[in-house]
Amino acid sequence: VSTQSTWDIRKYKMSDQYNGAALVGMCGKECVALACDTRLGVQLRTIDTNFNKVFKVNDRTMIGLTGLATDIQTVSAKLHKEEKVYRLEEGETLTASMFANFVSHFLYKQRFAPYIVTPIVAGLDYDSITKEWKPVMAGYDLIGCMDQNNTFAVGGTCSELLYGACESFYKEGMGPDEIFEVISQALLTSMDRDILSGWGANVYILTPTQLITKKLLTRVDQQLFQYSNLLSVKKKKKKKKK
Amino acid sequence: MGLKLDMENFGLTTFSRDGKLGQIDFALEAMSKGESSIGICAKNGVVLASEKKLSSILIDEESFHKVELLGVSKGVTFSGMTTDFQALLLNGRKEYHKYFSKFKTPITSRRMAENLGKVMQEATQSGGVRPFGVSLLVGGYDNDGAHLYQIDPSGAYFGWKATAIGKNMMNMKNFLEKRYTDSIELEDAIHLAILMLKENYEGEMNEVNIEIGIIGTDKKFRILTPAEIKDYLKEAEQCYVDSSIITNVDQLR
Repeated sequence: VSTQSTWDIRKYKMSDQYNGAALVGMCGKECVALACDTRLGVQLRTIDTNFNKVFKVNDRTMIGLTGLATDIQTVSAKLHKEEKVYRLEEGETLTASMFANFVSHFLYKQRFAPYIVTPIVAGLDYDSITKEWKPVMAGYDLIGCMDQNNTFAVGGTCSELLYGACESFYKEGMGPDEIFEVISQALLTSMDRDILSGWGANVYILTPTQLITKKLLTRVDQQLFQYSNLLSVKKKKKKKKK
Repeated sequence: MGLKLDMENFGLTTFSRDGKLGQIDFALEAMSKGESSIGICAKNGVVLASEKKLSSILIDEESFHKVELLGVSKGVTFSGMTTDFQALLLNGRKEYHKYFSKFKTPITSRRMAENLGKVMQEATQSGGVRPFGVSLLVGGYDNDGAHLYQIDPSGAYFGWKATAIGKNMMNMKNFLEKRYTDSIELEDAIHLAILMLKENYEGEMNEVNIEIGIIGTDKKFRILTPAEIKDYLKEAEQCYVDSSIITNVDQLR
């Protein structure tokens, strides 16, 4: 019997599986890509089919978040605010590697009441010495342990499946077109086997000159709660005749 | 004494009738009576130099420094009260590392100056405290080149290409206005600083009486050892002889 103490992060496992998400990031040659699913659910019930989990931070960085949806919204809003405050104070935009380190610091500040999110920061750093754009890809756990590498990062309820798919499909030095194919395949194969994630996918590819957004058509066979129909019914007011 | 014991002269947080804060002006006085310090921005670095008069031969000159490190990539020197400088140094070092632990990159010079300015300003708008009796010179080499900032007791910070603070600062600034060029190299800047210190030094100037700190394109601030300063002094003696001839010619005209 394990006694769960305040510093034991295993007690957040159930909250991680509450809303469902899938997120994968990959590094290419002078480009990075982040792909997420667009389902928002409450355990087995799908609520929203257009819930985006990847956010643009500035021209050279984007962040994707999985985990508890309320924390996804809060953390993304807070990080956006921090980026803006930095830009105002400093007069320059945050570089990708600085933002990546900042996210780690931000999450650890809440060590004993963590945000139940698994972020992935993807960006491009300009190296003025070699005149190249270096990809920055960092994955974290909920308390900010940074895992920075030059290959890929995964997050979400189907992260185990994504690890397998990425290991098989990933290769070094991909261009923007190739990285789109690879990341889409990796996400689709993993997402389709997971009930909590799916229902559409967004792929974001960041190059030095543009941010390419693409929507993927996926299988849409989870149970859908028809909220929208109820809201569209309007009551007709009877006009009194004088 | 000549000063009335009233709020006008001794109340820090009260303005006087002509819109001045008396204590801050007096703090500036304290600063301008302190030992001179010079900062020069070169094309490829920054030089911070300061007088370090030893009141007795028994003083251990290695035990205290006038030019100090704020972090790996920032240096600071001062004119005015030594103890106030120590307090600000502690604060500045903490800020440096706070920023570094967040972003894993060294803080920019302007931001460092802003932080120090904030601390100094707080001491001009609180109860029961007095302003810091120092002016600081913060130098660093960032991504966009060399930077030098002066922070006054009021908390205001100014970016300079080259400046001097403390005793004889007007003379030194005039000298700099004539001698400073935007394309000066680091080595020449060091010579210029030594020249300026020598001109205004009371007594004999040697390698333990002054302190010089430099930062180059490697972005690492370091304080020169007495041996290195001795070499520069030897070279400078030649320059001094040459330059004194030139100034004499100007005077003739």
